[in-house]
Amino acid sequence: MIEVRGIKKSFGDQEVLKGIDMQLQRGQCNLIIGSSGSGKTVLLKSIVGLVKPDAGQVLLDGRDWTGMPERERKVLRQEMGMVFQASALFTSLTVEENVRFPLDFFSTMPLSEKNARIAFCLDRVRIPQSALRKNTAELSGGMQKRVAIARAIALNPKYLFCDEPNSGLDPETSVVIDQLIQELTREFGMTTVVNTHDMNSVLEIGDHVVLLRHGYKVWEGSGPEILKATDQEVVDYVFVSALFKKVREALG
Amino acid sequence: MLNGFFLGLGSYFLFLGSVLRRPESWREFGKSLMREIELLGLSSIPLVIFISLFMGAVLTIQTAINLDDPFIPDLFIGVAVREGIVLEFSPTIVSLILAGKVGSNISSSLGAMRVTEQMDALQVMGINPAGYLVLPKIAACLMFFPVLIIFSIGMGLLGGYLAGDWLQMVNPDYFLMGYFDEFNPFFVVYALTKTVFFAFIISSISAWYGFNVKGGAVEVGKASTKAVVAMSFTIILFNYILTNVMLQ
Repeated sequence: MIEVRGIKKSFGDQEVLKGIDMQLQRGQCNLIIGSSGSGKTVLLKSIVGLVKPDAGQVLLDGRDWTGMPERERKVLRQEMGMVFQASALFTSLTVEENVRFPLDFFSTMPLSEKNARIAFCLDRVRIPQSALRKNTAELSGGMQKRVAIARAIALNPKYLFCDEPNSGLDPETSVVIDQLIQELTREFGMTTVVNTHDMNSVLEIGDHVVLLRHGYKVWEGSGPEILKATDQEVVDYVFVSALFKKVREALG
Repeated sequence: MLNGFFLGLGSYFLFLGSVLRRPESWREFGKSLMREIELLGLSSIPLVIFISLFMGAVLTIQTAINLDDPFIPDLFIGVAVREGIVLEFSPTIVSLILAGKVGSNISSSLGAMRVTEQMDALQVMGINPAGYLVLPKIAACLMFFPVLIIFSIGMGLLGGYLAGDWLQMVNPDYFLMGYFDEFNPFFVVYALTKTVFFAFIISSISAWYGFNVKGGAVEVGKASTKAVVAMSFTIILFNYILTNVMLQ
């Protein structure tokens, strides 16, 4: 479980996060949603440790991540996997080398076990054998995301973070990526945190959804519940597109 | 402006502090070092050969024209060409050219990694991106630039000799004697010392610019240009300082 307590962050005069509290459960897909500039990327980066919050705490299964000395943080980082918006695959490496990378750095496994683990991860995200030696730049956006997921789960992490995993993907591939994230979350019992704009993801995999607006948490619930929510903040965010207006009408 | 300069200087030294640390994995460091030697060093050999051969030739032609006097033997032309190549052309001019080739490669590749979040990916994994990405580049430049400069000296001298002989501007035997006449080995030490300084300047400054890129592809290009300008200024400045310290 990830517990976020009173996280605040400012950049100069601009207060981006104004005290966020939330609990993100293990084995669930926890989605952070909100319009651009609402603070969700900064919140995710604060949880991951890429941004240092000005105030507040992040607890990873009770361990104070924000107040931890760097040496201990380094060890704990091996329990984290992250999928970036643009995949962030190492372009100088092949598909296989990208997945091997964290294993070479942090695992003491013998080579045969490493190879087996790489084969398992790539197979799990349905990357064909023919793609293993390819450079990551040769892959489609959806394949790159899948390789990024394979790399993120290589060390069998407890926490999986995904920053807009569907960005730039067609609707069909987005659903595939969403389902993959959900399957892996259940299979490995990870605490998964997904930053997204995509309302389809909210409905598809949103076990727990947090809506941010102007640096505040304004709503919290499950994916299906969001369609029934009457809070003005939710209505303003969710029911702006023609499709969701029709969904709302259909729901009465 | 001065404030900005000192802030930049402070940031550069802090950056060096995060680069010059024990690598997380010596095995991975070794692999990266080999990759960087190939990318930054070996791939520069054709350029260094081409430039040095022709610059040596030009140096011989210009010196022969300027010393075209029956009272000045061709031996002196050989001495002048040798000193020009060993003392200045190979260590300084070739380093300036390498600043353009290698330096822009370092800053643009690191900048691209920054804007595509590859550095964030390393950080999330618990890997110090400065140490992992930059230290092998600096080490590769420090190790391989002296080799390139020795290569350049050899090729420059060869180019000078071939041009003088081919164009019949000098007597090749006397000219060649000039290459060996009263040769001071300390000048090679001086040239290589300068090269090591310049290698560090090129690799660290370009890395600092690339590492701190914010924005997108345009900013990567701008950082690369700024890096080449800053490296050129610094090389010229240190060339003067080192010459003053070592040759006076």
